Amino acid sequence: MSATIDYLLHLADNAVVLGQRDAEWCGHGPILEEDLALANVSLDLIGQARLLYQRAAELKGDGTTEDKLAYFRDSQEFRNYTLLELPHHGALVGYAVADRDYATTIVRNFLYSALMVHVWDALQTSADSTLAGIAAKSLKEATYHLHHSRDWLVRMGDGTDESHTRAQAAVNHLLPYTEEFWTVSPAETAAVEAGVGVDVRTLRAAWDALVNDALAEATLTRPQVRGYVPQGKVGLHSEHLGFLLAEMQSLARAHPDGCW
Amino acid sequence: MTTATLEQVWVALEGLTDPEIPVVTLRELGILRDVRSGPDGLVEVVITPTYSGCPAMGQIEDDVRATLESAGIAARVITQLSPAWTTDWMSEAAKEKLRAYGIAPPHQTTPDVSVVRFMRRPAADPVACPQCGSTHTVVSSQFGSTACKALYKCLDCQEPFDYFKPY
Ligand SMILES: [Zn+2]
Repeated sequence: MSATIDYLLHLADNAVVLGQRDAEWCGHGPILEEDLALANVSLDLIGQARLLYQRAAELKGDGTTEDKLAYFRDSQEFRNYTLLELPHHGALVGYAVADRDYATTIVRNFLYSALMVHVWDALQTSADSTLAGIAAKSLKEATYHLHHSRDWLVRMGDGTDESHTRAQAAVNHLLPYTEEFWTVSPAETAAVEAGVGVDVRTLRAAWDALVNDALAEATLTRPQVRGYVPQGKVGLHSEHLGFLLAEMQSLARAHPDGCW
Repeated sequence: MTTATLEQVWVALEGLTDPEIPVVTLRELGILRDVRSGPDGLVEVVITPTYSGCPAMGQIEDDVRATLESAGIAARVITQLSPAWTTDWMSEAAKEKLRAYGIAPPHQTTPDVSVVRFMRRPAADPVACPQCGSTHTVVSSQFGSTACKALYKCLDCQEPFDYFKPY
């Protein structure tokens, strides 16, 4: 049971953290259509997170709720991939809103949705029938997210010198973080043994094929990745998650039993 | 509260429309899945969410409860995830109503064959403009005014329009 809960929290935290990040573009999108698109992607992700937190709360059975799980856990309790909490810009750049870089947003969404189409596809046969139901819905949504981010990746990579340079920089910056996908955590191992989760290593070849195909069409180069493996999914996060959560959780914590 | 027949419950809920697309009913959209007798004899109304984050779902559930209450029907509302909602459940009549309302109705979803399907977007059937019927249309954005719609533009009559995406 606890293996299932830990696994559900990993999936839910991924969705809520990226949903919160992408929502930062709401009202600031580079063009109106993309402002709407990112808000819609966020809505899907937050919706997925809600369903997953609801299921985790139900299995916990101790009176916790989806809101308690999202708003009243601290950063070290979050089990999301480090990739998803990073700001919308490369390393060594300031925090100003104006520094948000859409190529970083697009590349991250592409790398993540290229994984999640395969994860959700496999989880449709999870031993937890509620998770299987969530997976069937999420797969349809992730497929739209993948097509959206892939279209823009190709457009930017095979676009102007400026857009190509930015897309390549985003790929170089973010690809190393995907190493975390393939290093299995104890929670994932337990979930696989329980028949609830999927062994992500079995999805790597399919993910590689998607990524290589898109990068080639985008005339981008896949950098060599070695060394550092982030550990967000076991609770060891970058310095960025705390700021993200502070913003996301402040209202709920200021009015703990608020209802609207 | 009285014990209503299942038929009476269907009739009571028949007029309920989607909060964002008020020309089609919840039943026509496939959101209202079933009206049945529960294990304890209480009537159960089964609804299913569309997109995971669709903000209309709360409104829809409230509408169902309020309608049952005002009809004096005691029932419990059950939200069911599986099988996942699909636009393929939409009736032809509902699709025609969407078109008349200015929203291009969804095409049939393509059956999932293999993982290869994720590689490139399959060549899509043309979407006909709900205003003039021309298939000389172009997608402006896969994400529109609500989670379930894409933005299109007609190259003949120049009208922008919504396309209800296959899901
Ligand atoms: Zn037209």
